[in-house]
Amino acid sequence: MTRIAFAFVLSATALSAQVSFERILHSGHEPQNWLSYSGGVESQRYSALNEIKPDNIKNLELKWVFQARSNEKFEATALVVDGILYTVQAPNDVVAIDAATGRVFWIYSYVPSTEARPCCGRVNRGLAILGTTLYMATIDAHLIAIDSKTGHPLWNTEIAKPEAGYAATLAPLVVKDKVIIGTAGGEYGIRGFIAAYDAQTGKEAWRFYTIPGLGEPGNQTWAGDSWKHGGGSVWMTGSYDPDLNLTYWGIGNPGPDWNGDNRLGDNLYSDCVVALDADTGKLKWYFQFTPHDEFDYDSVQVPVLAQVDWQGRQRKVMMWGNRNGFFYTLDRTNGQFLVGKPFTKVTWATGLDERGRPMRAPGMTPSKQGTVIYPGPIGGTNWYSPSYSPHTGLFYIPTWEDYYAPYVKDKDEFKEGQLYFGGSASSPVPPLRGIQLNSRSEASGFGVVRAMDPKTGEKKWEYKMTEMTDSGILTTASDLLFTGNREGYFIALDARDGNLLWKVLLGSHVSSGPMSYSVNGKQYVAVAAGSGLFVFGLR
Amino acid sequence: MLRFSLFVVLAGALCAQPNYRPEDVRAGAQLFSTNCMNCHGPDGEAISGVDLMHGKFRHASTDGELVGIITKGIAGTAMPPASLSDAQAQNIVAYLRSRAASGGVDVAAAMRGRTVFEGKGGCLSCHRVQGRGSFSAPDLSNIGSLRKPAELEKSVVEPAAEILDENRTVRAAANDGTTVTGKLLAYDTFGVQIIDAKGRMISLDKSNLRELTFLSSPMPSYRGKLNPSELSDVVAYLVSLKGI
Repeated sequence: MTRIAFAFVLSATALSAQVSFERILHSGHEPQNWLSYSGGVESQRYSALNEIKPDNIKNLELKWVFQARSNEKFEATALVVDGILYTVQAPNDVVAIDAATGRVFWIYSYVPSTEARPCCGRVNRGLAILGTTLYMATIDAHLIAIDSKTGHPLWNTEIAKPEAGYAATLAPLVVKDKVIIGTAGGEYGIRGFIAAYDAQTGKEAWRFYTIPGLGEPGNQTWAGDSWKHGGGSVWMTGSYDPDLNLTYWGIGNPGPDWNGDNRLGDNLYSDCVVALDADTGKLKWYFQFTPHDEFDYDSVQVPVLAQVDWQGRQRKVMMWGNRNGFFYTLDRTNGQFLVGKPFTKVTWATGLDERGRPMRAPGMTPSKQGTVIYPGPIGGTNWYSPSYSPHTGLFYIPTWEDYYAPYVKDKDEFKEGQLYFGGSASSPVPPLRGIQLNSRSEASGFGVVRAMDPKTGEKKWEYKMTEMTDSGILTTASDLLFTGNREGYFIALDARDGNLLWKVLLGSHVSSGPMSYSVNGKQYVAVAAGSGLFVFGLR
Repeated sequence: MLRFSLFVVLAGALCAQPNYRPEDVRAGAQLFSTNCMNCHGPDGEAISGVDLMHGKFRHASTDGELVGIITKGIAGTAMPPASLSDAQAQNIVAYLRSRAASGGVDVAAAMRGRTVFEGKGGCLSCHRVQGRGSFSAPDLSNIGSLRKPAELEKSVVEPAAEILDENRTVRAAANDGTTVTGKLLAYDTFGVQIIDAKGRMISLDKSNLRELTFLSSPMPSYRGKLNPSELSDVVAYLVSLKGI
């Protein structure tokens, strides 16, 4: 027994070569590893592993658990590199674990500044790796490089001032020799940005402000000085197309959230996807999902890229289930709108025009007395990772259905470091799971996994749940779909038709995206629920 | 034992005010309802910025000053003088002080209301209060901390007007033909947890059910079954239920 374990550790160490950017680009060729937040630069959250499949999933069982010493939500997706699993224990502790046994190698504990004030939890969604260095963005708006072998920090760069409301909760994206992140803080009247840092030194290489400055194109879409405190945060990881050398990022809501009176105009580039030159950060194109947003419909969802057969020819597309309730397929070479339809109940807009711009519904705007609008402020979906399976050709969205809130508009005044909402929107559905059990009527909303055809925007199937879902989705080459929900279930569906194949109750909410890896040929599926990371494999 | 402890709680609230006789408090309650309630509301908070039941007054602090306000009014405001003797005004003050000392509860009314609640009303045959009663309706031990008097009164006379999601009643019919009815505790995609009238906590697997129905409120309306003062007393009793 001892001898076997020793031999395994040695073999794992021997395999631990440098994680070059070439390996990250072609991570589909080594499905035993999970080298970036969404499992590849296309962000499909799809695993080519197929040991676990519909006809043996009944034998899936718990292999090990890592319990975070933290009461915060466990939102991180782990990385796996040659048998070592790296994850983040909230808020900002990096943990290296033997991916086969769950035994911990080391923990690097970073203590964020007491000035940190992330709006919505002291959380972190994961790491990036390049070479033998891990990268973590922190809730006090630092980017830290950590030696993946020892857990020792190599450099620490402050990217913005936490006392002004800047924070970072996302997993970084590595492109070539740079580490790209964005800043959260959209509820504090920040001026959001995406920035790239030299992976070796931590020195800033470029910065793209999500709100154009005076004299820059797009600044005129903000009335007066409103652009200075317009939000436009970035708190989910982007994607990358190596052929186009473009990196794609979703941008958050304009501020103040629910009162647009002082920021008349489209408020670029809030609620957009932006395509940036990965070397310079220059804007190549943008597409705005929700011009002049008054509903907090951040467009920070992970941009999912795929090559699809489109009316007889291959086309580079981007798929997007947006918080505003619409599903979109765009041409990612130029941002052209191809298809867009609601994937959940929407009343703020009557539809999309031929260019994909929403047609606002009359009267559907926040008011002093409150206007009931679908979807509510969490949206038709939120940050929960969707998945695209090249095997089924379907795009899967964790969906909030029949969900609404009365949107109340109120006066607000910007004060640095203080919340800047401009109103309120409280739905019967709690935004985060508290201590209450669920006895809420489904009339105020429920969770659904929706499978969409990206070519038509039509729903192909759905799997309905009783409570909402805050879980991401993983699909695999064996046509399995793994996801969870607030109820604490972790389930496997048939990705082709949505039939339930397997379930387990993990006892607390799943607020993370599942992922899969293998060690010594044995496939594992990992998901965080409550404070634990649960890892399953075949009996 | 439980009955005794509740009595101690209520009686204790009365004993905390040695200067006011219970009959004066009762007389004050009657005078308040006929002279003051029209503007100030049953709980003395109907006028914005004015709260009469918690012992803090904007224009008075002593009992004598309060009597003066009741009998003379407040110049320059909408508060008129009342045609009451100083003794009557003193009874109203006793009532207000009594409510304040008992956390806004009308103790005498609450004690009468408890008698109606447990006797004529038969409320414990479904509800539960501090460990006594049944299980098929919500446990009311803490209801006075959760609901305003007007909401409680509405629930007594119009029980089906508004049922909170967590107070719904569930009827589940199993594939084997058995049926179970109870109060919803929680449910999710795969299961339902209920408690039935006998206090059995039952976990149901949805895959074993052929029907799952949420019923409208089984509670009868007490409109016309209780006279206005009985209704008011029951509400006062419910207001007094603040948990532990």
